[in-house]
Amino acid sequence: MDDSGVIDYVITDTGVDPLSNVLKMLKHQEHDNIVATGYGRYLAQMHLQCPIITEIKAYAIGANFLFPDCRTVLDIGGQDSKIIRVRNGKVEDFEMNDKCAAGTGKFLEVMATTLGFTLDEFGNISSRADQAVPISSMCTVFAESEIVSLISSGADRKNISLGLHQSILNRIIALMGRTGFEEPIVFAGGVAKNECIAKLLRSKLKMKILLPPEPQIVGAIGSALVAKQEITSDYTGRKNQKPKGV
Amino acid sequence: MTNHEQMWEELGLDVDLHKELIKSIDHTFNQTVGAQNERPASMAYFDRVLHESHGGRVAELIEARKNGKKFVGTFCIYVPDEIAMAADAIPVALCGGTQFSIPYGEKMFPRNICPLVKSTFGMALSKTCPYGPIKDLGVGETTCDAKKKAWDVVNFYVMEVPQKKSDLDLKLWRQAVADFKSRIEELTGMKVTAHRLTQTIDIMNDKRRALQKLNEFRKLDPPPISGLDALVIMQAAFNDEPTRFTEHLTELNNELDDRVKKGISPFKKGTKRIMISGCPSVMGNWKVHSLIEKSDAAIVVDETCTGTRYFSNLVEDGVADLEKQLDALAERYMKIDCACFSPNNERMETIEKIVDDHTVDGVVQYILQYCHGYNVEAIRVARILNKRKIPNIKLETDYSEEDMGQLRTRIDAFLEQL
Ligand code: SF4
Ligand code: SF4
Repeated sequence: MDDSGVIDYVITDTGVDPLSNVLKMLKHQEHDNIVATGYGRYLAQMHLQCPIITEIKAYAIGANFLFPDCRTVLDIGGQDSKIIRVRNGKVEDFEMNDKCAAGTGKFLEVMATTLGFTLDEFGNISSRADQAVPISSMCTVFAESEIVSLISSGADRKNISLGLHQSILNRIIALMGRTGFEEPIVFAGGVAKNECIAKLLRSKLKMKILLPPEPQIVGAIGSALVAKQEITSDYTGRKNQKPKGV
Repeated sequence: MTNHEQMWEELGLDVDLHKELIKSIDHTFNQTVGAQNERPASMAYFDRVLHESHGGRVAELIEARKNGKKFVGTFCIYVPDEIAMAADAIPVALCGGTQFSIPYGEKMFPRNICPLVKSTFGMALSKTCPYGPIKDLGVGETTCDAKKKAWDVVNFYVMEVPQKKSDLDLKLWRQAVADFKSRIEELTGMKVTAHRLTQTIDIMNDKRRALQKLNEFRKLDPPPISGLDALVIMQAAFNDEPTRFTEHLTELNNELDDRVKKGISPFKKGTKRIMISGCPSVMGNWKVHSLIEKSDAAIVVDETCTGTRYFSNLVEDGVADLEKQLDALAERYMKIDCACFSPNNERMETIEKIVDDHTVDGVVQYILQYCHGYNVEAIRVARILNKRKIPNIKLETDYSEEDMGQLRTRIDAFLEQL
């Protein structure tokens, strides 16, 4: 990033060896400073000696940059989902899902595969369903077998998909209830690319939902802003985490 | 942990499995407690107490039993040690804090009860608890549902802890204390006399005073000792012989005095000050304390049973009459503000006071998964903290490592907010 905004970005799977993936990415990217965030932040810190921030903070700062009046960030990624209440880019309160995969991108991914769709098709197809088949299981494992039996009983795959999206939505809304929320809500993370979830969220909450142009890099933008601030001002971040070269 | 293979064999333990258990505890210990910097030299003793908990301490108990003493296993800080000791019994708290034994506990007990209970019974069920075979009496209590019903399964003696704190309840509790005395006397064949009780009340009060003194050091900025080390001391307090423990703690307190004068601390001045509030962290469990302090915050007080709840309030001493001594004991123990009580206004007052005394920046409500008492009470605790604008977060977790990543993110994000 520079003063005009994002110059370039790369999205890649963490894979089984996140560190070499990061190093590969960095090799092709010019950079003045690095701040790491996300689950692998400590790994990055250890090898790159860079400062770290949590994804909670990163999303708050990133969302605030993209939408300065943002009050709530909803982030649904592959691993977990979070709700963050923000004011002027500062975290006021946050909640994360508990340790299981229900209500995360992983859930959608598994279900899409079970139904024979790609992840991209999944949201699209569901938007065209005429009637949702209700899904009762929240657990990824149980929902999977529920779907298998629904398919064999002849239910329409489109309608099952819609049912699944609705069950995720209920889970998300329950999570949001734990912190409370105000509009505008910035919807970020990989799942925000799913048009069906975004649509359902809008109609259910009747609130202003903002979608970033690239929902998967909101946290990266937040970290980049911290990295930028760090070289332009006297920002030192948390102690023991000063950059040592790179 | 030290190796006492022959003794374990003789106790009928599954020696191979026990070796694995020890290995897993040692591993966790080294990654948490052992990985700290700037530890006081006197901590070596308390580390040793933990390391000897399945070795030297057990050998010592076996020896004592040969000399006619009885060994009593307890599981809650409501059980008055003074009484057991006055009748020549040795009480030791036996709660389990390791993930290793949980799957064994789950073979018999439902999965959705708290890890402390599953771990405790898992040790016994997997034949890796050296205390079980030498125990002369198990003393349970009617506190939370999980424990209360577990005693029934294993046929322990059960002390009735009331659910409220009215006069009626205090009367009932006073009776429970007297009944406990009779049960212990029956076990050892020794009478509890006023004279002996005076001695044991003094021993336990001295122990509490030393722990209170340690707690005073943690009010300083920066505290001269880490929260994790203070926890190790508490865990040792549950296991060690009390007089010896107090001697070593006094030594440590002297060292802390010296460290304060020299300005030695594991933390920088101004380090964020965290209070842990809620469920106990017993031996083997260093998970959350370690995560918090690895993220550059200092735990400056534990409002838990492995913290203030254990050592607050002394038993009134200088009472020469046995019945009055039992009154004094009942009164002191009844002041413990466990979430098993309803209403539990006393705990709210305690929390407010501690937050001020220790100039706390943020509170982590530590909830063991499926501990309904503390989990539900967390709502009230959060309310009073919010009212005073003290940032707080509730962490509900078990002993496993699977949620470490998420837990760390939540802890770090909480610390970023302070
Ligand atoms: S939490 Fe309650 S039941 Fe558990 S040891 Fe403490 S006082 Fe006893
Ligand atoms: S932590 Fe809670 S559920 Fe577990 S034994 Fe103690 S009071 Fe019972």
